[in-house]
Amino acid sequence: MDIHEYQAKELLSSYGVKIAEGGLAYSPEDAVQRTREIGGTVWAVKAQIHSGARGKAGGIKICKTHDEVEAAAEALLGKRLVTHQTGPAGKVCGRLYVEAGTDIVKEMYFCFLVDRSAERIVMVGSAQGGMDIEELAVTNPEAITKIYIEPSVGLQAYQAREMAFALGLDAEIMSHAVKTIKGCYRALRDLDANMLEINPLVMTRSGELLALDAKMGFDENALFRQQKISELRDKTQEDPRETAAADRGLSYVGLDGDIGCMINGAGLAMATMDMIKLAGGEPANFLDVGGGASAERTEKAFRLVLADKNVKAMLVNIFAGINRCDWIAEGVVQAVKKIDMKIPLIVRLSGTNVEEGQRIIRESGLPIITAETLAEAAEKAVQARNEVAAQWAQG
Amino acid sequence: MAILINETTRIIVQGFTGKIGSFHAQDMINYGSNVVGGVTPGKGGQTHLGLPVFNTVKEAVQQSGAEASIVFVPPAFAADSIMEAADAGIKYCVAITDGIPTQDMMTVKNFLRRFPVEERMFLTGPNCAGTISPGRAMLGIMPGHIYMQGNVGIVGRSGTLGYEAADQMKRLGIGISSSVGIGGDPINGSSHRDILEKFEQDPETKVVLMIGEIGGPQEVEAGLFAKAHMTKPVVAYIAGLTAPEGRRMGHAGAIISSAGESAAEKVAILKELGITICPTPAAMGKTVAEVLAKL
Repeated sequence: MDIHEYQAKELLSSYGVKIAEGGLAYSPEDAVQRTREIGGTVWAVKAQIHSGARGKAGGIKICKTHDEVEAAAEALLGKRLVTHQTGPAGKVCGRLYVEAGTDIVKEMYFCFLVDRSAERIVMVGSAQGGMDIEELAVTNPEAITKIYIEPSVGLQAYQAREMAFALGLDAEIMSHAVKTIKGCYRALRDLDANMLEINPLVMTRSGELLALDAKMGFDENALFRQQKISELRDKTQEDPRETAAADRGLSYVGLDGDIGCMINGAGLAMATMDMIKLAGGEPANFLDVGGGASAERTEKAFRLVLADKNVKAMLVNIFAGINRCDWIAEGVVQAVKKIDMKIPLIVRLSGTNVEEGQRIIRESGLPIITAETLAEAAEKAVQARNEVAAQWAQG
Repeated sequence: MAILINETTRIIVQGFTGKIGSFHAQDMINYGSNVVGGVTPGKGGQTHLGLPVFNTVKEAVQQSGAEASIVFVPPAFAADSIMEAADAGIKYCVAITDGIPTQDMMTVKNFLRRFPVEERMFLTGPNCAGTISPGRAMLGIMPGHIYMQGNVGIVGRSGTLGYEAADQMKRLGIGISSSVGIGGDPINGSSHRDILEKFEQDPETKVVLMIGEIGGPQEVEAGLFAKAHMTKPVVAYIAGLTAPEGRRMGHAGAIISSAGESAAEKVAILKELGITICPTPAAMGKTVAEVLAKL
């Protein structure tokens, strides 16, 4: 789960990380009011969307007058911003963070993340801040310092010093740098974050070390013990179909194709989508209905898939283990009768009680296309999709 | 032979008396697994499914001679149960639980490293379907009847995709020595590589099928291991050709977050390392059959 910059800054601030003075705004009037409260002569008006690289997308505006602040807020609020992290659909900006302008003398990159291979938290930093770290990793890997944290003892002061020196910080600021780095680590551990990025971390002319931007991502599996973090969720930044699915205990990812899918198990779901592609089609979605696919859940899954108006055919592929094919078949038949489907449905059942499941589908009298194997299911789905596409093309 | 479990392996169930634990314990007993009891703190001394219930794993090991355990404990308490098993001297543990926090798994892995290698518990999962040695024992939640006994080893992250592979092989008359689910989480007990190492040492296993997916470095690490240390052929399928970058595909670990983690990149690297790639997920059985025919 991702949170906004202003939320991450608020959290980090409570762990001793210094941030520039700022405030949240929901309207141009709010934004101007914030600048009055902050004071000074330069402000940054920053779009709050769940994405990095907002600067390049025009999501951050530097303003020197109240009129400029108002105009910037007017332009950003409600705007759909597209960055390389949001995908082509972009994300709509519903809130702004107005921050005091900072006189920067040095920009650095700093982050913590979970290294899957090492099974540890790794701290990554570079004296060359402000730019894309992935680009830097390719063009100049020596400019990046990585320090692994031993889980049982946590981050040690010497490691924080090593990082601070690698970032090119002076001895005078060392104790504050160590405090900042350790604060970030404590926030990550205490709050079950799996990612914390400060890009850039800056030195100001007055000699302060500030987090100019902050991004945090949290482990969804740990939200049960992070009530405060759960409350920071901003559903407007998520795909509404995915949110609806998650609320129903289903795992859904919307894609650009037009063959709807309902499958049990994430691996089999990915494999079935691959098979559709190899058969010449494009999947409209990833949808894992999980192990206990009841009739009620099946109906919800159908409604979710069919809510995508691009869908021209739907493929159900269930390999029943603990589940039983006859239960699944009952659920499918009920859902189709209730929903009044207008597009072809292809069903492939396998595993426990498969004969009984196939019999229920056959005897339902519904125009359901059945398949025995994965390959056959994908081929029939693509064929059915092509027929529908031809019909739609004719009007 | 098979790997990790056979008909004599003495098994306990952690989270024994709960609904899910009871259901699968009965299923494992029906399959022929040597289940000797279970653990539910506070219910020690009772009898459940005709077997003794213990308060602690330590008691279960002392009194029933348990060697392997399966964990059905809810996510908030699962890491604790896994560490309890390791400390009590359990040799092999399968964690079925889905949804264990990443930091808890880091703690578990760090805890396991405290033990000398020869005393260290072998852990597979979490968020997996378990392990089966067909015809001998099942330590998991899979439908046992779809697996035929034989000499192909299977290792994979996904439950149902593993069933699909076993089913394709059974249709072609190919049997399985053991099938091991390593789970879909970012940090898991054992990697593809760890399981390949076990299969390499098992005289019964002739070929190994590795079922991988997008995200993480494990498939490539396994490929490097196979090239350097394995005499047996490895066949692989990598799921997620159509997965977009940065989107989590169901499994917590199935997300393309850096270079080399997409299905196409993994396939290219594995091919380079001499691994036979299944061209489609529908050809897992057929590809294994072709490799077997060449032996």
